Amino acid sequence: MTTVSMTVNGKAVSSDVEDRTLLVDFIREQLRLTGTHVGCDTSQCGACVVHVNGTAMKSCTMLAVSANDADITTIEGVANDDLHPMQKAFNDNHGLQCGFCTPGMIMSGIDMVNRYKAEGKKLDETAIRHELEGNICRCTGYHNIVKSISQAAGEM
Amino acid sequence: MHNTTYHKARNAADAASLLSGAEDGTLLAGGQTLIPTMKARLAAPTDLVDVSGASDMRGIIVSGNRVTIGAATTHAEVAGSSEIRAVCPSICDLAANIGDPAVRNRGTIGGSVANNDPAADYPAAMLALGATIQTNTREIAADEFFTGMFDTALDEGEIITGVSFTAPAKGAYAKFPNPASRYAMCGVFVASGDAGTRVAITGAGSDGVFRATDMEAALNSNFSASALDGLSVDAANMLSDIHGDSAYRANLVKVMAKRAVTGAG
Repeated sequence: MTTVSMTVNGKAVSSDVEDRTLLVDFIREQLRLTGTHVGCDTSQCGACVVHVNGTAMKSCTMLAVSANDADITTIEGVANDDLHPMQKAFNDNHGLQCGFCTPGMIMSGIDMVNRYKAEGKKLDETAIRHELEGNICRCTGYHNIVKSISQAAGEM
Repeated sequence: MHNTTYHKARNAADAASLLSGAEDGTLLAGGQTLIPTMKARLAAPTDLVDVSGASDMRGIIVSGNRVTIGAATTHAEVAGSSEIRAVCPSICDLAANIGDPAVRNRGTIGGSVANNDPAADYPAAMLALGATIQTNTREIAADEFFTGMFDTALDEGEIITGVSFTAPAKGAYAKFPNPASRYAMCGVFVASGDAGTRVAITGAGSDGVFRATDMEAALNSNFSASALDGLSVDAANMLSDIHGDSAYRANLVKVMAKRAVTGAG
């Protein structure tokens, strides 16, 4: 067991975990933040994407102990009083069907918009589709997901 | 995943000492291959020595045409490095197409090179660029480093600390990704400079990354895609699986090599 401390959605947390504990399991089972999903559990689907120190990572492919001292944002932490522009855009454009992949889609969406803005690059439809390679929607609702991210890119 | 004991290394020397003290320890860099392998119980190290924060294994140095990349540098950092892009854009483009964005934020060049997956992208770059693999004890030329599928010249407990290479005058990487996994079905890195042209191929060979010396000879006399027209690739040396049989891959090697040459200009 190792004691890990990190900031999750602005709140300091500390807990004893087995060294093999995955970050996603720590987030879901110890912190009870179940918005971060486990889809494939094999690094393919991206339902578990969270932001670690500001960048998107697959929390099913990272140990909780590796995130010691990190600043983590999960889907529960992106909205203030109002929905985050990315959440609002998914709502506006019906960017989901069953919704299981949506937390990861939103976390990846925010990450790609932030990166493209920082680099001064245009996030067009082709770029969004390329950037979504690590997020799988098994309802295959990609069209409205791309529309949602495109709308949010203009509002963020 | 079987249980394991996690250690965080401050630097390469610290990692070497932690590793030597472990019963059956393994280095953990970005973990984008190792963690899934452990989850599938295909690996069960007693100890993990995390080098992702090792201070002397991080960072990028570009001095003239000489590029040095710390082993714990992520794919995203290589892809986004304006210093590397100024002298060797081909390796930035390669890094920008490994896995997916979240994987690139965590996976490292040292981990990829050490694992020598037969479908990984970086081994082709290292071999074509004639890179030097720096470890905590010595320097190994890429030609001697990659010794077969998932096999390298690294000794037990030896740690890659970085890689360095001279940026070629012309270079390009052309990859045909598996549409599901994004691993290379075939990836060809072509680098051409004062020392001539080198062509390295990943994803296709039955014994991992390899150099196509006949292609190199043809390109040394005429650096153009058409110079490869008359060559044939022996299917006997190609991987064959449900994604593509050996004849398909042999053809793909030539197609992607021509695209790489065209891309290098």
